[in-house]
Amino acid sequence: MQTTSITEDLDAPVNTAQLRRAWREQILTWVMPITVLIIALGLWEYLVWHYEIPKYLIPAPSLIAETLIKDGPSLMASSWFTVKLTFFSLGLAIIGGVLLGALFALSRPVELSLFPFAVILQVTPVVAIAPLILIYVDSTFAALLICAWIVAFFPILSNTVIGLRSADHNLSDLFTMYRASPWQRLRYLLAPSALPYFMAALKVAGGLALIGAVVAEFVAGAAGQHTGLASRIIESSFRSEIPRMFAALVLVSLLGIVIFLLTSWASRKVLGHWHESEIRREN
Amino acid sequence: MNNDPIIRLTRVSKKFGQSMLAVDDISLDIREGEFITFLGPSGCGKSTALKMIAGLLPVTAGTIEITPQSGVSEQDLGFVFQEPTLMPWATVFDNVYLPLRLAGLKRSDVEARVKDILKEVGLTRFEGSYPRELSGGMKMRVSIARALVTRPRILLMDEPFAALDEMTRSKLNDDVVRLANENKLTVIFVTHSVFESVYLSTRIIIMAARPGRLVADMPMQRPWPPKDEWRTTPEFTAEARKVSETLKGTLNANDIDH
Repeated sequence: MQTTSITEDLDAPVNTAQLRRAWREQILTWVMPITVLIIALGLWEYLVWHYEIPKYLIPAPSLIAETLIKDGPSLMASSWFTVKLTFFSLGLAIIGGVLLGALFALSRPVELSLFPFAVILQVTPVVAIAPLILIYVDSTFAALLICAWIVAFFPILSNTVIGLRSADHNLSDLFTMYRASPWQRLRYLLAPSALPYFMAALKVAGGLALIGAVVAEFVAGAAGQHTGLASRIIESSFRSEIPRMFAALVLVSLLGIVIFLLTSWASRKVLGHWHESEIRREN
Repeated sequence: MNNDPIIRLTRVSKKFGQSMLAVDDISLDIREGEFITFLGPSGCGKSTALKMIAGLLPVTAGTIEITPQSGVSEQDLGFVFQEPTLMPWATVFDNVYLPLRLAGLKRSDVEARVKDILKEVGLTRFEGSYPRELSGGMKMRVSIARALVTRPRILLMDEPFAALDEMTRSKLNDDVVRLANENKLTVIFVTHSVFESVYLSTRIIIMAARPGRLVADMPMQRPWPPKDEWRTTPEFTAEARKVSETLKGTLNANDIDH
């Protein structure tokens, strides 16, 4: 059970070996992947140029970049639509997942009666439900929102339930001994205990919300004047404008990366000072 | 110190499920200022008895009175678990502040009080640290500080140092004795260590397993508070042997099979 005392750590001067190690870590996490990416793009560019591959098959990265700039304004509008859809559905998934999760954790009967429906919602592929939702819901945006929400909501729900139940039993006894109110118990014990589980779910749900948004839009087709990146991909494919397909694809990927970085950053921010999963170990 | 019991157990039993008799018909008076250990093999119901006194487990039969005449209510209980049982997301200060926070006391009003108790357990420098940054013994000190911050008159300790190394354990034993003496605490201490119980207590309650029952009530003739040197005296060895013999006598065939 003994772990090393903090005393040395507090008094130890910041030594250069440590700094050097931190610097190397920085290089490994940023410079290496970026270098590899640049090399891959260069190779791609070279191969397309060398074999004279027509742009309607595989466009060169330079052409994709050009398209990104040329079609910038219209692609940005589509991106904004997808961004809105993704974050809106993620927000609703968080609200719905946490509220329902809390209800499940509080009441066994509620959990037993509603959980099967949550599972059905989760296991039925969203592609299969989307056409129905598009028929029943007037507003396309609302229909897409529901689809993306269905996909993103389940991990948050299930992890919130597990998290709220994972509080240490002895700590729970302690709260009982000191006559904690239900609110105090939630605020000071259950919520912090659930946080690591919730943050893990958030990372998954962030990616799923984007997938849900894109898939739903594919099903909805290119119809309507306000359309997202997925519609632009379909539209470009109909017109055989392959460079623009790639450009839209790049933007979808970028959005996914941004979501991943945001949720990872949030997780580190919230758990970094205490939870094993986010603690950076020395040595 | 008066002679009225501060805690009275009358024919207390605890059953888990239909057949598991964890505690069988225990009656016991505990007087103010006593340092009592419950000593026995695992499964003898010593922890269960302690948790019933703390109000963490309901009794199946019998009564536990925490005598109102002596001005003691359940809020005057402090409890230390076998593990430190700290909130990993909270600083040492916040962990110790917890019982006061749950009682609705504002941080600014009790800051000095929390700092005082941290000083008493020697953790002043670590009030801003997180539990993961502390050693096992330091975590246990935080746990003790948290139990004492409400200024209880009764301190219940459930095998608190079982997981610690011998050096840390004997240091913490001395700290508990000092704190108990300074704060005029009545302590109930659960342990399976004969030496620990002989060193610490003014009275040893020996329990046996299956069913968990009280087999001997041994008041100790000894200097209290104990000094570290006492561990090496012939008197200490004699007391330990006596307690050990009694404890051995309680082991039945069932236990030896294990």
